[in-house]
Amino acid sequence: MTSAPPAVRNVAEALARHGYLPDEGLATAVYLAMKLRRPLLLEGEAGVGKTEVAKVLARWTDGELIRLQCYEGIDVGQAVYEWDYSRQLLHLRAAEASGEAADAGTEALEHELYNERFLVKRALLQAIAPADGPSPILLIDEVDRADDEFEAFLLEVLSDFQITIPELGTFRAERPPFVILTSNRTRDVHDALKRRCLYHWVEHPSFEREVAIVRLRVPEVQEGLARQVAAAVEAMRGLQLYKPPGVAETIDWAAALGVLGTSELSEATVASTLGTVLKYREDQERVRQHGVADLVKQAFERGLLPG
Amino acid sequence: MTETADTGHDRADGPLDGGAGAAAERLAVAFARILRGGGLSVPLGSVLTFGEALGDLGVEDRNAVYWAARTTLVRRPEDIPFFDRAFAVFWEQRAPGAEPAPDDVVHLTLAVDTDEGDDQQGEAEPAGDDPTLTLRFSAVETLRQKDFAAYSRDELRQAQQLMADLRLTGSRRRSRRLVKSKIERRSGQARPDLRRTVHAALRAGGEPISQRYREPGERLRRLVLLLDVSGSMEPYARALLRFVQAAVAGRQRVEAFALGTRLTRVTRELSSRDPDRALAQAAGQVQDWSGGTRLGDCLRQFNDRWGVRGMARGAIVVILSDGWDRGEPEVLAEQMVRLQRVAYKVVWVNPLKVTPGYAPLARGMAAALPHVDDFVEGHSVMALEELAEVISR
Repeated sequence: MTSAPPAVRNVAEALARHGYLPDEGLATAVYLAMKLRRPLLLEGEAGVGKTEVAKVLARWTDGELIRLQCYEGIDVGQAVYEWDYSRQLLHLRAAEASGEAADAGTEALEHELYNERFLVKRALLQAIAPADGPSPILLIDEVDRADDEFEAFLLEVLSDFQITIPELGTFRAERPPFVILTSNRTRDVHDALKRRCLYHWVEHPSFEREVAIVRLRVPEVQEGLARQVAAAVEAMRGLQLYKPPGVAETIDWAAALGVLGTSELSEATVASTLGTVLKYREDQERVRQHGVADLVKQAFERGLLPG
Repeated sequence: MTETADTGHDRADGPLDGGAGAAAERLAVAFARILRGGGLSVPLGSVLTFGEALGDLGVEDRNAVYWAARTTLVRRPEDIPFFDRAFAVFWEQRAPGAEPAPDDVVHLTLAVDTDEGDDQQGEAEPAGDDPTLTLRFSAVETLRQKDFAAYSRDELRQAQQLMADLRLTGSRRRSRRLVKSKIERRSGQARPDLRRTVHAALRAGGEPISQRYREPGERLRRLVLLLDVSGSMEPYARALLRFVQAAVAGRQRVEAFALGTRLTRVTRELSSRDPDRALAQAAGQVQDWSGGTRLGDCLRQFNDRWGVRGMARGAIVVILSDGWDRGEPEVLAEQMVRLQRVAYKVVWVNPLKVTPGYAPLARGMAAALPHVDDFVEGHSVMALEELAEVISR
């Protein structure tokens, strides 16, 4: 990344200091998103580290990480706000018991009920409602799982960074949150939403970068083993598996090997820890058919330190 | 949200001014033009953002310009290869400070797979008009039953009209979203609706006299249509594509793919309400029209990239194919198993099924059949009406 503009390099270095090694593309995307104040939509295979970007940004900027996990059927009550009805009911009861209800009348009582203290703020409102400190990081995770209607609503929020609650009025972000959206691409996110965002397709890292990531995230693993693990994973990705291992799996595997006190890959260690990298029985079988011994040999050769 | 909302939205604090900014903006517009020439959709808002990004990062460094462009102008990974080529050409030809000629359009050539042998064509030959059809009175009725392969051009057009009237409803499933319940007493999956209960209580002076409930609503299941466009399907593919288009344009949650030597997603192309335009767009997108068939490989791509990840989960998957496969039948069988495991229902539509003496001899068909929930005909409008029936069950 030596040729990158200094501003982009700074972002890359800051992320690296906080445990994430981006390539130049991702660093540029993050830089531009922060500079131009645009949401950043990250798409890519599962396990390439999309969600992690938001977490590391939160660590770097000291902003609060607010996460909205999307799923089918998610609605405003789960994403923006909800009235705490049980407490409202209790309040009604209390007012009734103390005789307040009779004095105040329905109108005033209703007004009292729709007060901010009965409001349960969910992720989107939390990200927008004024708070002290640096801008929060809003992570909208797996947005492709939500329904189209919810996407349209998101688009509105992400355009104006304001939310209106009929009973209370409008909340507006003083400092707009930095928004990261992730998608696994189980369906296409609507074009209007994409247009609002900057877009980056996250790839599996290159071999050397993956080695560096393992070294950074699992420091107890020696360089030699880290290289072998990265090489073995790289080889697995070429085997046409159902679910090729992502960086998350590489890290898990390296950590597992570290815990077991392994210093280099062997047929036995690979066989006993395969479940940390491959989560489908068919995939494990395919690797066994391909030959674990071969894989280890390949990993040794590829993993040799240059020079 | 309208398009105007995001054009120049954040520009107030943009760093563009005067000389360098203007150069960046010219560069942005010129490059966007090239991308549009190649068929990429590049809205004005994105171009402005790109210009802004260039104003910030400068236009000297190739990588910086590349990533600024990709981050702001590309929104689908499929477009990246084209983008890369276009960018390479653009950067090469960019004389310092000069604007590239507007006709600098990168032309893409369509690769047509011609390795198909003649052996399959014979099988696809229509059996001629069914003699019983001539007894029908109504021309429309005749048309409904006529084999697509025996259609004249005019008849195809009429049939397309008939297909436009087909409504695919699809079965429903329970959703997680709760809707207002009409019931007054708690039962089954219903949960108390505190919001409406409180509202009712307020009306009664704070006394929750009547209790309200919510219960899970219902949603349409996703419908995934996989259309074989290989050479052996030639007589049917165009008519069936119209059927697929009617489905995509006619209801929500439909996805469409073309299967040939490779998998092509055509949902976006087909979603245009104008059928002629939609079909033309889809045909333009599919590069291996009337080429060979690699059903197993295509299904594997579908499963890997879309299906098993979520698109086929709980969905009704309809494969429209004659089952001729030049790949290994084991691959197809294996992928069918995977597909059936996640899908709600797998329907195979084979236009050759009505051919007298037809037995699923095609190796691919024989391999796939054990993993299919419904095996139906698809040679005529009437058969497609039946298919619509099967789907909505």
